[in-house]
Amino acid sequence: MTTEAATIGLTHGGSEDTGLGNRGPESKSIVVPYGFWLFVLSDIVLFSALFATYAALVRATDGGPTTNQLFDRNLVAIETVALLLSSFVCGLAIIFAKRANMLWTQVWLLVTGLFGAIFLFIELYEFSKMIGEGAGPQRSAFLSAFFTLVGCHGLHVTCGLLWLGTMMAQVWAKGFQQHILRRLLCFSIFWHALDIIWVAIFTIVYLIGTLP
Amino acid sequence: MSFFGRLSWNAIPFHEPIPLITSLVVILAVAAIAIWVWRNGWWPYLWREYITSPDHKRIGIMYIVLGLVMLVRGFADAIMMRLQQSLAIGASQGYLPPEHYNQIFSAHGTIMIFFVAMPLVIGFMNFVVPLQLGVRDVAFPTMNNVSFWLTASGALLVNLSLFLGEFARTGWLAFPPLSEKAFSPGVGVDYYLVALQISGVGTLLTGVNFVTTILKIRAPGMSYLRMPVFCWTALASNLLIIAAFPVLTATLALLMLDRYLGFHFFTNDGGGNSMLYMNLIWVWGHPEVYILILPAFGIYSEVAATFSGKPLFGYRSMVFATLAICIISFCVWLHHFFTMGAGADVNAVFGIASMIIAIPTGVKIFNWLFTMYGGRVRFSVPMHYLIGFMLTFVIGGLTGVLLAIPPVDFIVHNSLFLIAHFHQVIIGGVVFAIMAAYTYWFPKAFGFTLDERLGKAVFWCWFIGFHLAFMPLYVLGFWGATRRLQHINDPSWAPLLNIALLGAVIIGLGIVLTVVQLLYSIRTRDRRRDVSGDPWDGRTLEWLTLSPPPHYNFAVLPDVHGEEAYWTRKQTAIKEEKLIPEPDYQPIEMPVNTPTGVIVAFFASVCGFAIIWYIWWLAILGLIGAFAIFVWYAWRDEHEHIIPVEEVRANARERRRIRMEHLHTVSQST
Repeated sequence: MTTEAATIGLTHGGSEDTGLGNRGPESKSIVVPYGFWLFVLSDIVLFSALFATYAALVRATDGGPTTNQLFDRNLVAIETVALLLSSFVCGLAIIFAKRANMLWTQVWLLVTGLFGAIFLFIELYEFSKMIGEGAGPQRSAFLSAFFTLVGCHGLHVTCGLLWLGTMMAQVWAKGFQQHILRRLLCFSIFWHALDIIWVAIFTIVYLIGTLP
Repeated sequence: MSFFGRLSWNAIPFHEPIPLITSLVVILAVAAIAIWVWRNGWWPYLWREYITSPDHKRIGIMYIVLGLVMLVRGFADAIMMRLQQSLAIGASQGYLPPEHYNQIFSAHGTIMIFFVAMPLVIGFMNFVVPLQLGVRDVAFPTMNNVSFWLTASGALLVNLSLFLGEFARTGWLAFPPLSEKAFSPGVGVDYYLVALQISGVGTLLTGVNFVTTILKIRAPGMSYLRMPVFCWTALASNLLIIAAFPVLTATLALLMLDRYLGFHFFTNDGGGNSMLYMNLIWVWGHPEVYILILPAFGIYSEVAATFSGKPLFGYRSMVFATLAICIISFCVWLHHFFTMGAGADVNAVFGIASMIIAIPTGVKIFNWLFTMYGGRVRFSVPMHYLIGFMLTFVIGGLTGVLLAIPPVDFIVHNSLFLIAHFHQVIIGGVVFAIMAAYTYWFPKAFGFTLDERLGKAVFWCWFIGFHLAFMPLYVLGFWGATRRLQHINDPSWAPLLNIALLGAVIIGLGIVLTVVQLLYSIRTRDRRRDVSGDPWDGRTLEWLTLSPPPHYNFAVLPDVHGEEAYWTRKQTAIKEEKLIPEPDYQPIEMPVNTPTGVIVAFFASVCGFAIIWYIWWLAILGLIGAFAIFVWYAWRDEHEHIIPVEEVRANARERRRIRMEHLHTVSQST
């Protein structure tokens, strides 16, 4: 059987030119991350709906506070640094996991979680401060959209931390088996994807929102 | 807030005889079935072979059973509505008070789309796609089981609303501001929201599972342009699921935040905007109809090729048309509310985009016609549905093009004309396909065919009943009848409404005959056995294996040559009067059973129920339970069990023996 893909689209009927994708089932190491990527894409679609909602409602302040009166660029800068560092450290953990180095994998996973927790802590601080000032999500459609979009990202980070804790326990208990490594890889895809979402939130919500 | 939140004895409809009696009958029927299964000692079998099974065929069958049972529920709602509209004319008020009638039309739409059409379509994809791709299972078999049980959990909650509390009175898409807390303070909308959120997660996981399966797990040689059209349409449909269902999840979550926490997304005050909900929900809702109809097109393609004895005409144009519809379906959502007043330019863009969809669809219709042309057409039951579909769907498509013209839409918006249109494409398109698929793949699933005569009777009931039930609605729509009327003021509409009622009764007869056909076919199964595994002279790989297929589908993954994988192989065998040389059998690894899916769905149901009734401690317990079961599952050490090579070889040799006998009969007859 020929395996040349060059003639795709030119064959017909019982021809032995098989075209693309004739290799048979892929291995788990390809299938699992592929499926997980699809899930992450669907998650990004979910966020896109929230972004659209935010964009539609950002001026619907109902006489309440506007973006410029609420957001603090400095605080968000620290948040951003914490989250990006967390992702970088997560990458280090994966490198050490591939070398089956238990100590450093656990250390970097722990640091990943700590940075994530710092991010979450700052976010909660910002939320509680706003609510204390009477700018809670019930105040206006804009604030509903803000709390939902940013809060949904925060909820993802929280779930990520739960997952991270579970993964650390699994790596500890079961060592670097193939399926554990695949899960670690999926976790890191998830964690990086949260960065991508955050970059969009940082730009669309905070940067544009604090333009003079 | 009390220990049981909003839940009290008042939730049970003691003073409303219709829901009360229905509830009692349903509870007794379920209990009777459970006891009957228990007395026959079938629970262990069901637990092992179905409930905890990661086998795509078993999961597919469970989806189809769920869909058919829910079809009966949804149809009961339909006939109640038709009866009410025929009775409540002029001075008469009918037998359903408005608050009950409104729940019925909301439940009818919700159930028919989410718990009938979706499970049936997903069920057939489950059963057929891995077989057609020549592989042993989907990419994530356990997740597949979880998906099913989450769908079932949603269906359970919707039906629970009949016994406890109420269902939404807002229509099947729960438009705000009516669905907001201020105007719908009861549990009805919450039942709707929570049930759809849970089943929506299941559907999304199905989408991920099937896109991965179709793109990454196919038999050797099964290149993209050798996949059967049903697989292509399943791919397109699941891509749409991945791209559309998260929007549904987000939209319903926003409405939940409005209702539970006092947010202001869609409220009248606080700067909320209810038209935002229309936009978001239809960004999901329009692709949703293509999620349903594309696999239906795939089913028709398989039926057309098989029963015309010819390869599908224009395979590649079929693939392109499918993908074109897949993409354009995301560019038309605004045609559901031209009356929003977005302006002539915006309406024109969406109107034209909607009309453009008719082009690839037309390509498909011609392809099916040309497949039949010059073929040796066998007028079996699935072929009846194909022809019935083409006649019905073309009219439904044309009324759709009419509705896509904004000025026309302004006149018939939300009228019975619209109701007639979408029932025409959904019944004439999706339901006919499901009935065709049910007949076509039934022998593959159970090893015997369904009775042909009764099958044709069912077809005629659906075909005649459908036209009687919905053609009058076009006329009524033009006369000014809006949808969801609990009372009819104009007595001159009575004759047409009565014709529609008659049509619904005939469809009901068709549903009864479907049950009769099933029971009769089971009783007479010994003389309708599908011994060869290929009862229709099929062309795709599911007919290569036995009926019903072994757990692992294929002893050795088939090596695909040519565009019609099984047909090529079969013709070579007939010509050379011998099978391919016996391959080298290997032990097979298959995923182990797990109760994860059903336990997760249990906790999801508990959690969902608690959220609906504001029982917060129970909701938290449900979430913790679901998380705990996931961790428990993740901790497992045994992922696969091995089927020994002796068993594989013995089964395969038996199949080869049957095939050889079959081959001799075929070669002698030609």
